[in-house]
Amino acid sequence: MDFSLFAPVVPELILALGALALLMVGAFSRDGVVAGRVTAWLAIAVLLTAAVYAASSASGLVFEGAFVSDGLTRFLKVLVLIAAALTLLLTFDDFGRARVMLFEYPVLVLLATLGMMMMISANDLIALYLGLELQSLALYVIAAFKRDDVKSSEAGLKYFVLGALSSGMLLYGASMLYGVTGSTGYGAIATAMKTAGMTANIGLIVGLVFVLVGLAFKISAVPFHMWTPDVYEGAPTPVTAFFAGAPKVAAMALLLRFTQGALPDASVQWQQIIIFLSIASMVLGAFAAIGQTNIKRLMAFSSIGHVGFALVGLAANNAEGTAGVLIYLSIYVAMTLGTFACILSMRRGDKNIEDISELAGLAKTDLRLAAILALLMFSLAGIPPLAGFWAKWYAFLPAIKAGLYPLAIIGVVASVIGAFYYLRIIKVMFFDEAAAPFEPVEAKALVVMALSAVFVLLFVLPFIGGALTDAATAAAASLAPAVR
Amino acid sequence: MSNLLSVVTFLPLVGALLIAFLNKDANGNARWIALWTTIITFLISTLIWWNFDKSTAGFQFVEEYAWLGPLKYKMGVDGISMLFVILTTFLMPITILASWESVEHRIKEYMIAFLVLETLMLGVFCALDIVLFYLFFEAGLIPMFLIIGVWGGKRRVYASFKFFLYTLLGSVLMLLAMMAMYWHAGTTDIPTLLATKFPADMQWWLWLAFFASFAVKMPMWPVHTWLPDAHVEAPTGGSVILAAILLKMGGYGFLRFSLPMFPIASEQLAPLVFTLSIVAIIYTSLVALVQEDIKKLIAYSSIAHMGYVTMGIFTASQQGVDGAIFQMLSHGIVSAALFLCVGVVYDRMHTREISAYGGIVERMPKYAFAFMIFTMANVGLPGTSGFIGEFLTLLAAFKANTWVAIFATLGVILSAAYALYLYRRVVFGELVKPSLKALLDLSPREVAILAPLVILTIFYGVYPAPVLDVTAASVKNLVQNYEAAVKPAAALLAP
Repeated sequence: MDFSLFAPVVPELILALGALALLMVGAFSRDGVVAGRVTAWLAIAVLLTAAVYAASSASGLVFEGAFVSDGLTRFLKVLVLIAAALTLLLTFDDFGRARVMLFEYPVLVLLATLGMMMMISANDLIALYLGLELQSLALYVIAAFKRDDVKSSEAGLKYFVLGALSSGMLLYGASMLYGVTGSTGYGAIATAMKTAGMTANIGLIVGLVFVLVGLAFKISAVPFHMWTPDVYEGAPTPVTAFFAGAPKVAAMALLLRFTQGALPDASVQWQQIIIFLSIASMVLGAFAAIGQTNIKRLMAFSSIGHVGFALVGLAANNAEGTAGVLIYLSIYVAMTLGTFACILSMRRGDKNIEDISELAGLAKTDLRLAAILALLMFSLAGIPPLAGFWAKWYAFLPAIKAGLYPLAIIGVVASVIGAFYYLRIIKVMFFDEAAAPFEPVEAKALVVMALSAVFVLLFVLPFIGGALTDAATAAAASLAPAVR
Repeated sequence: MSNLLSVVTFLPLVGALLIAFLNKDANGNARWIALWTTIITFLISTLIWWNFDKSTAGFQFVEEYAWLGPLKYKMGVDGISMLFVILTTFLMPITILASWESVEHRIKEYMIAFLVLETLMLGVFCALDIVLFYLFFEAGLIPMFLIIGVWGGKRRVYASFKFFLYTLLGSVLMLLAMMAMYWHAGTTDIPTLLATKFPADMQWWLWLAFFASFAVKMPMWPVHTWLPDAHVEAPTGGSVILAAILLKMGGYGFLRFSLPMFPIASEQLAPLVFTLSIVAIIYTSLVALVQEDIKKLIAYSSIAHMGYVTMGIFTASQQGVDGAIFQMLSHGIVSAALFLCVGVVYDRMHTREISAYGGIVERMPKYAFAFMIFTMANVGLPGTSGFIGEFLTLLAAFKANTWVAIFATLGVILSAAYALYLYRRVVFGELVKPSLKALLDLSPREVAILAPLVILTIFYGVYPAPVLDVTAASVKNLVQNYEAAVKPAAALLAP
């Protein structure tokens, strides 16, 4: 047997074997608390090892073309793995206090991440579904991980029911595509699309719409976003931090390759759907967040809005647009992780605080935390020179090239409306009278916060922003229409 | 030598970092570090002025480094931007001194905000890459938002939000226009874009998008409403910087982008600008007449004065543009001084109501003298710097469109009315209010702040040549290019 065949899947193998090994470690250890902490540290090590391998994994198609590895997948996988490792780092203290730091959690995170890696590399509708389900099932469980907590259980159930619905739609759409094109492989679908009259085929359009609806659920694009605020609010905060980052990246990766890899010739059809999703998400994300008082719900609407902005790059349907999506996702993940590290630091005693009004006067009681959170808020609002501005720059630039002026204008206006609620958080922290102080920030949260703040602040320097944009541009160049 | 502009631009940032890493209670140190940083920045910037070659229209002290992808870190000054750099560095130490005692809490953060703001303002005037320009232009919102919000008055939250969102909304449209320019010209380099000829219909859209941003910043009627709020609520230092420099970014933007890059659209849309300018001059002067708050009155007078600037710029003639630049510099000095004067009495009385004052000349003769000079300059009395700018812009407007000049001249009368009315109510009259009887005249610190401004106001009123010499070559070049671009278009339209 030729093992070199497996070269492109080494990172996935590391994750799969790592997850199984950690399961054994947990199952055969006597002390649950120690096992939880040990497996979490080991899981971080597994994720980072996989990231090292993912950064240099071989290119190629394996498993009969169902699994692809190229520059794009390398970029996205490294991003997903780092995001997963950092969110795991945020878990220790919070779960420790709630006495749910169990070994199952790191294992589930590893399995979910494995699913995401599959999603990123999926080059076949069946591979797509497999990856998606592996990820989703693990996520349903960890959403309900604080099992004594009603809200957490509710979040898990809600996520499961709506997630299952969306998976069903996706499967239905995939079956239509299979029926029309006679294949599930992206390469074969792309080839079949070249047949005359195929792009106007009603079966194909229905299938396309259903698959996109399923994927829109996963990235929580409007109008398929309803689950997001409830799940974000209900799930334990470290889990929400995880939800907000890596799974969004993986689902966007699916969208990228499905639209531009499998259906490049049906771009007229999917482009209008993406434009609609994008506009709806940006506008709703901006307006609906204004009334929120819970910071996790606010971040949910913020993430809906940001997905809309990332979709602007996809709607442009050019190489710059793909690079824009990658840059947007990277910056978005960095900002979100930092913000959730700050949210996790909002504690009095053992109790997590989620009310925005409780941040009042934070600048007087803990200037460091207030300054970092303010920096991240300005960045999320897209104010230069912070990273959030560059995310928008690289997302809108390709849209202007593609001539999507109305989309771009609606987008930037939505970003101004969105700025209002980010500013409100800064206002509460800096302009209002001080409320009771929070507990001191824990070391692990501080590490994530500091990394995020430094990234956001120094992105403007060539060795950070320049390096990232160059990498994203190179990665985007490898996304070409799939071949059989 | 070659990196002089970057040194000047980023020196305040270094000062801000220095303050940030001081220990927590070192508020006194923060003041001194801020003062020395701004003074050294000013001294280095005079070096640039000294070495500036007045005979050429091109950019000087140019620095260029690779930055992000196709974007370049490129800095340089020409005759138009040179003086704004000096104005900024000159006013900063004065602003810091003015905040010496009036800012009582979070002094360290206050000084950091101002130093960061100085870096960003200087960057706006030096940037030779549109994205770099946008970066500085927009980032300035962050420190100013905090200055108004943290150290401002009662309605500071409302004012800071209004300021931020208004300006941001204008700017994002400019951002999209910049993207379109990048795809058209393939570069974000300002000198190259200045030489690029954009198609006429594209110019329209680009012009409108840039106009959205600069008109808000300027501010022009009817998008001026954020300014009175921001001025009234901002601390004295914030008002000074806002009036003296931040508003000038709008005018500078018109001169750097709208006029030279989109000449055809500028010519066609000039009537719109003239109309808005005249409405601004007359309407806001009338509004200023009925104000009860000193700061609000000066804020409205600023809007009226900016009307002359926009009018002068879009006459696109040597006198008009020269006058606009001179008016901006003069207004930078005079409005800064007026807000400082308000600050002086506010620190003593803690009110800005005009009716709370009266007859303070008896207690504060030195103050009354300084305030009078600035009031006269605000009116545009010959012999003060305010006259030169107004005269030149009116001259140019008369040539371009007589009706515009007639209406704008009416504004001069109105400005005399509101300014003298203010002066009479605050300074003259019987000193009857008991609270005013204990007023002290200017302290040595306040004299040190106001004296250079008095001197400059009169000096430039009598001898404007140092300013006009610097701008001459660049403005001439700008006007020539404009006419060369407009003529063929006009010839095409003619039957």
